[in-house]
Amino acid sequence: MSVSDLSSLGSPGGSHVRAVHDEFHGDLLEVSMGPHHPSTHGVFRMIVTLDGETIVKLKPVFGYLHRNHEKLGENTSYLGSMPYTDRLDYLSSMTNNWAYALAVEKLAGQPVPERAEYVRVILAELTRLLNHTCLAGFLMQDCGCSGTPLMYAFREREKILDLFESLSGSRMMCNYQRFGGCRVDPSADWLDGAKKLTDGYGAFLDEFETLLTGNEIIMARTQGVGRLSPALAISAGVTGPMLRATGVNYDLRKVDGYGVYPRFDFRVPLGDHGDVYDRYMIRVLEMRESIKILSQALAGIPAGPIMDPKAKLRGFRPKAGEAYGRIEGPKGEIGFFLISDGSPNPYRYRIRPPSFINLTILEDMCLGQTVADAVIILGSVDIVLGEVDR
Amino acid sequence: MESAEQIRDRLLAQFPGAEISVVTNPGVAAQHSLLLGAAHARAIAEFLRDDANLKLDQCSNVTGIDWPEKEIIETTKSTVPDPAGGPAKVVELKTKRIQPGCLEVVYHLYSIALRHGPVVLRLRTGNRTDQSTVPSLTPVWRACEFQEREVFDLYGVVFEGHPDLRRILMWDAFKDHPMRRDYVEPDDYEWEPTPHGAVLEKAKAHYPAPSVAAVPAAEGAKP
Repeated sequence: MSVSDLSSLGSPGGSHVRAVHDEFHGDLLEVSMGPHHPSTHGVFRMIVTLDGETIVKLKPVFGYLHRNHEKLGENTSYLGSMPYTDRLDYLSSMTNNWAYALAVEKLAGQPVPERAEYVRVILAELTRLLNHTCLAGFLMQDCGCSGTPLMYAFREREKILDLFESLSGSRMMCNYQRFGGCRVDPSADWLDGAKKLTDGYGAFLDEFETLLTGNEIIMARTQGVGRLSPALAISAGVTGPMLRATGVNYDLRKVDGYGVYPRFDFRVPLGDHGDVYDRYMIRVLEMRESIKILSQALAGIPAGPIMDPKAKLRGFRPKAGEAYGRIEGPKGEIGFFLISDGSPNPYRYRIRPPSFINLTILEDMCLGQTVADAVIILGSVDIVLGEVDR
Repeated sequence: MESAEQIRDRLLAQFPGAEISVVTNPGVAAQHSLLLGAAHARAIAEFLRDDANLKLDQCSNVTGIDWPEKEIIETTKSTVPDPAGGPAKVVELKTKRIQPGCLEVVYHLYSIALRHGPVVLRLRTGNRTDQSTVPSLTPVWRACEFQEREVFDLYGVVFEGHPDLRRILMWDAFKDHPMRRDYVEPDDYEWEPTPHGAVLEKAKAHYPAPSVAAVPAAEGAKP
């Protein structure tokens, strides 16, 4: 269209309103969101097909952070893989360590002393607090509450990371669990610090919830968005808070009762609608339960060795066989499947990544919603790309 | 929960003629598994999901394992009596046998409704090259969708009946299957084709490399 044609589009009255050309009506628009997009929490990409603003198709694209972690595991000794597990879901290295240690202990029939089991529970629940706090902050950031909730969340996260650092030497890459126990014994001072943090965490949650939970804008934005039915969630292998938000009562801490979890009194919060708001709420309620577990574990931690004296770390060769060990990580069921052929390296080293499998139904949740909804639905799934792409 | 043997017996009664065997796990964990033949695999999976005693509604983990061809040396000992009347001789006879390789897919099933598990299923391909097909269980459990794609990508197992079988972690133009035991990464691993390279190739036709004779003499040495 040349410039001279434009004049013919002007209305006879001489106003500057131009006729609308409706050539695109009915056409679909394909948008590539990511891999470098602030809402994708890393290098994740979705190819979204839009009809107007409504999503009619969504295909996730993975692999931008793929480093073949499983091959690395097969070329390293059993102990050598422990630091690599930190890099899976780098927000919750303590639970990754535990899942791996548990699988190896199952493979080798290695017992764990009681004190170490308590320390593991304490660290796993601190990790859950850390992960859920961050998730709530990021989710609010995705909703458009720019800054404030995330900064509040990061302030609290830093306190937990300080504890991790003073215990393991590293804020995020803890490399702390060992087969048959833990690497260092927490001092009385450290346990006091953990107790202080636990006692103060409820007040932070109250503050956080006052800001967010009953907030009308957040309710209007998140309720009814990204609904997931319990039947589809079970069939698609969805685990963790995502599954419980749909109302399915399945928490491995109760079902498998691994470690010393059966000794603690806590409840499993469940959602009703399976929407984004429920997923936010489940995380907040789980944090309250974690605080309950933490105060019981910190009060009841026994004295004793932190490592099984017969545990072998260097030159460790489990008998031939296989084992699948799983725990309830903050993001869902994290499992390790190991096959030993009697050599120092595992023959097969497989990770069951919760955030990767929880993405299976991303398309189902987003269909019929808008692009802006896809952003908060992805935010509510809680993914870390280090684990998705491995 | 029923043991692997009990489940096998019940399945054999339900599906006469199906190939089902128990693979024992010699390790401490003793999670034995069921090896299924390809013909009945999907029907058996549906049965396991819907059966009232098992209700294995969640497929938690899907993974591949590569078993390359293996040379096995078997030693058989036999005693040969000494004709001279001395002590009998022990003769060792060594026979070589080649155990054919295969790709294996392992499924870990749990029941959320009845809170038990795992039941471990295994499927095997005919060999590692031209018969690498197994039936897909994605129509039974949606959880297999991405995980089977991953096994296809990294091991090269082709899942028959998968709705969208594409590479998932490696890029589409990638050729090999990196999780196989005999995978060797290419020498030019870091090299990527760029449009710039193609342009340079074309440019060569227009500006042929100067021959040694055509190189101008050093400056100052005028003819």
